[in-house]
Amino acid sequence: MSQKVLLSSKEINIILHRLACQLLENHLDFKNTVLIGIQPRGIFLASRLAKILGEEYGVKDINLGFLDITFYRDDFRRGEKPLEANKTKIDFLVEDKKVVFIDDVLYTGRSIRAALTAIQSFGRPMEIELLTLIDRRFSRHLPIQPNYRGRQVDAINGEKVKVMWEENDGEDVIYLVKT
Amino acid sequence: MGELSVNHLLGIKYLNESDIELIFETADHFKEVINRSIKKVPSLRDITIANIFFENSTRTRLSFELAEKRLSADVINFSAGQSSVKKGETLIDTVNNILSMKVDMVVMRHPNPGAGIFLSKHVKAAIVNAGDGAHEHPTQALLDSYSIREKLGDVAGKNVVIVGDILHSRVALSNIFALKLQGANVKVCGPKTLLPKYIESLGVGVETNLKKALNWCDVANMLRIQNERLDISYFPTTREYTQQFGVNKAMLNSLDKEIVIMHPGPINRGVEITSDVADSKQSIILNQVENGVAIRMAVIYLLASKIK
Repeated sequence: MSQKVLLSSKEINIILHRLACQLLENHLDFKNTVLIGIQPRGIFLASRLAKILGEEYGVKDINLGFLDITFYRDDFRRGEKPLEANKTKIDFLVEDKKVVFIDDVLYTGRSIRAALTAIQSFGRPMEIELLTLIDRRFSRHLPIQPNYRGRQVDAINGEKVKVMWEENDGEDVIYLVKT
Repeated sequence: MGELSVNHLLGIKYLNESDIELIFETADHFKEVINRSIKKVPSLRDITIANIFFENSTRTRLSFELAEKRLSADVINFSAGQSSVKKGETLIDTVNNILSMKVDMVVMRHPNPGAGIFLSKHVKAAIVNAGDGAHEHPTQALLDSYSIREKLGDVAGKNVVIVGDILHSRVALSNIFALKLQGANVKVCGPKTLLPKYIESLGVGVETNLKKALNWCDVANMLRIQNERLDISYFPTTREYTQQFGVNKAMLNSLDKEIVIMHPGPINRGVEITSDVADSKQSIILNQVENGVAIRMAVIYLLASKIK
């Protein structure tokens, strides 16, 4: 197994600021917008973006929620390992809101498919957008594309993109792992 | 999160501590789901479950059916009263006929102890025991412990007394296994005639004085006198039973501390507990019912994930 650094902490920081600005451009005061981090790994990115928007761009009271998609997945009983559930934390209605799904890596698109089903339990959003830090090109199983992307990566199927966050893994860094 | 150590839920006796912890953690997620405005998840849409009830039940059957539907499983219901069992069909034949309609899981209540275990050895489906005679009622014990954990934070170290007809109660036996496994201290209390001989061998204390038992405990689980199972007279009259083993508000108020009152239902109001106790703030009887759905969703979900 070998791994190479795809993005360093400095590069990630620049990208996060760009993504925050892009969100700001489209959503302005975020009055009618909610950010939804997809469990388990999307929540770090979502929290970080909400923090940048709040602290550096003065956006107040951002609605931030976490959505667990375990029970909506289509690979229940197909995988080797049992699926692990995480906490859903959405304290607001998404009815008629602009929802932004936030996840660290977009790969086959199946997680986002599940998230599209799962979010319906919380109302009917006006529209849904997708923000992803890493977009793995050419590996989609479903017609799903991000509205905001951090970096596009060409990775083959045997490779894995590993996103580490300072608050969870000790440092901000993204690796491309060959197995 | 791992997976269960068993492929069927036949009794608490066959579970270990981490199984129970896993079921509770999973139930936490489902409890959040059933409190949403849309209370359904699509996880089990390719699973078919048969609820086979050879004995009457309201709560358990509705609770299982609701849990299955909340998970999007297909559900068929069967009550022995209206079936070919009356025409002399055997249990294995009945179940195998149902299974040939491509059923993945069977939830069964049966008057004979061990019916679920017997079935699990002879048919190809995951079996959930919803009560087998006076033997076990595992989902009830799980939801009872889950409710204690929710109310008091933890089950370990808590003093729990089970009051009433211990002799005929599957709820009592499953509860004893579950509570002991989680490190609670358990006592049983009731008329001597309704306490099984050698019950101490399960590691529980015996108390025939209700007041003493209540003063000792953090939680009192009040059982119903199961008149339908009492083949001989175990106590002189219901009135005398109530005088000695019934809990009323005055008695609760006279205790040194505030204890939690539980009841698996159905309640005979005025017999084992009075109405003002059943409806008091100390009672978590309706929480138990709500938690029952979440616990059964967790059990079914975890067992279904082992069907390949």
